[in-house]
Amino acid sequence: MNLPEQSSTHSARLAVELVRLRRDYVVRSPVAGSRRRRRQVVRAVDDVTLRIDRGETVGFVGANGAGKSTTIKMMTGILQPTSGAVRVLGRDPVPERRHLAREIGVVFGQRSQLWWDLPLRDSYRILGAMHRLTDRAREQRLERLAAGLDLGGFLDRPVRQLSLGQRMRGEVAAALLHSPELVVLDEPTIGLDMVSKEGLRRFLREDRAERGTTLFLTTHDMGDVERLCNRIVVVNSGTVAYDGALDSFRERLGAPRELVVDLEEPLDVLTLPTAAHTLAVEAGGIRHRIAFSGAELTVPTLLTAIGSQAAVRDLSLSEPAIEDLVRQIYSRGGRL
Amino acid sequence: MPTYWTIAAAAFRQYSTYRLATVAGVFTNSVFGLIRASILFAAITTAGGELSGYTIAQAATYVWLGQALLAPIEAFGTREVSQRVHQGDVAIDLLRPTSFLGLYYAQKLGRAAFLLLGRGVPPLLIGALLTGLALPEDPLSYLLGALSLLLAITVAFLTDMLVNLTAFWLLETRGLTVVYTAVMNLLSGFLIPIVWFPDWLLSIARATPFPSMIQTPIDTLSGRVPPLEALPLLGTQLGWTAVLTAAALLMLHAGVRSVEVQGG
Ligand SMILES: Nc1ncnc2c1ncn2[C@@H]1O[C@H](COP(=O)(O)OP(=O)(O)OP(=O)(O)O)[C@@H](O)[C@H]1O
Ligand SMILES: [Mg+2]
Repeated sequence: MNLPEQSSTHSARLAVELVRLRRDYVVRSPVAGSRRRRRQVVRAVDDVTLRIDRGETVGFVGANGAGKSTTIKMMTGILQPTSGAVRVLGRDPVPERRHLAREIGVVFGQRSQLWWDLPLRDSYRILGAMHRLTDRAREQRLERLAAGLDLGGFLDRPVRQLSLGQRMRGEVAAALLHSPELVVLDEPTIGLDMVSKEGLRRFLREDRAERGTTLFLTTHDMGDVERLCNRIVVVNSGTVAYDGALDSFRERLGAPRELVVDLEEPLDVLTLPTAAHTLAVEAGGIRHRIAFSGAELTVPTLLTAIGSQAAVRDLSLSEPAIEDLVRQIYSRGGRL
Repeated sequence: MPTYWTIAAAAFRQYSTYRLATVAGVFTNSVFGLIRASILFAAITTAGGELSGYTIAQAATYVWLGQALLAPIEAFGTREVSQRVHQGDVAIDLLRPTSFLGLYYAQKLGRAAFLLLGRGVPPLLIGALLTGLALPEDPLSYLLGALSLLLAITVAFLTDMLVNLTAFWLLETRGLTVVYTAVMNLLSGFLIPIVWFPDWLLSIARATPFPSMIQTPIDTLSGRVPPLEALPLLGTQLGWTAVLTAAALLMLHAGVRSVEVQGG
């Protein structure tokens, strides 16, 4: 393909460039009473365009079957797009799959890239050899990974004896061993408890801060997106339904934030600005739960309005959960 | 190269952890060796002490070398690659920065090295004690024999890989593996030496890569075929290696592009 000069220098700056990407799966399903099978085309990814700069952290979210894993397979070169263009770190993934494999780190949450019957440590020795790391470089990096992901306790145990959470941390370490420029994680926190999830997120943030990696992850756990990503892309039925900064994502939806105030003296009714309304009054008029639109009303304005009616003793503010927001996008027919 | 060496060494270590399987393998291998040896001995004795160039001692060597090769050749076929294709784990293999075939070949060599030492050599020693072996006179036979063994393992690896790679297009490859194993056991010269075949079957066998897997390394190692005559046989093995490698690479190339890596 002949790209114009200007676009190719631009592409070099991009970590990922997907242009009008599409993928159809051909499914043959048996037909009752016939030996023939019916041919059916499932459009898993339909017209996805996405440009990701180097150093960005992108959360790729959407319902089951929205086309997230299919997109990742095309990005990593193991699946040929039906149409459209893909460039990852300036490479064409399918023909340059093995080159790309040296520059990216991938975790498929439900698959293992470790050697099942060997001690975990051996997997890193083999991966280090595959990535042509020197013994010294490998050991240094492994030390860092083992400390950050807390692998020390089970490095010498065979992988088949590890718990799911231990194995997942091992998988992430395997994907990061060669210090890849782009890290692609397909449901990396699947099956982890809260403590392991937090540990994994903390390490991913640290590692990213140190090395400036690009991070692209799919997840059904909005905590992952909130803690790791500065940009969110919502897919619905194979198309991009939202793409933008995480903060403006909440604002654009005018999502109700929630303010809880405890008053000095009980009060039955608070008069509020139009963009806010009372959800509940509790503790005999002491605690008021107030929903308001973050786009139309700032917290100080709201507090001033309340303060003119009663003295506030305590307050707390909760952000909307992103999964609620994604649900809202879907209920609006996939558009903002 | 160090990459593939590390992979092969890991496969060797991995197989060395399966101790019970090793002991069981040695036991069955030896028992079947004894059974096969007594049948061949009976046939040769009935024929008057020699049958198509095989004496009792040569038949014993043929049987025990065959038993020793069974494990490293993996004559019963493997299913790892086809299962990984069907379950989508092949995605992991394709995301390694190594060549797919190279990765599996290195693993195969590491595994074969262990299977040869752990499961092949013990029955050979048992055979040497129980029935005796006819050892080659020319030291060159050992050298060429080792080379031929390596090529035999390579040819067997490639043919087995072709069967496995059909998983890219077929939802079920077990039937094919069964056919492959049956044909391979007969045409490779494992059950009976191919020179005992009727002419028509012999020419069919010679047109396939199967004799390169068992008959050729046995003949070369045992010295039944002297070194000079073994050279063309090794040439045939090399030829098959080239043809089958090309076929496997083609299938892999087509498979990767047509495959819909399974599972999200
Ligand atoms: N190999 C395949 N053959 C046929 N259809 C497929 C195949 N893989 C995926 N699909 C279909 O393509 C669509 C997208 O699947 P994909 O795995 O990309 O979804 P996803 O967003 O990763 O979902 P999840 O959150 O459940 O992992 C689904 O409708 C799925 O049924
Ligand atoms: Mg998925």
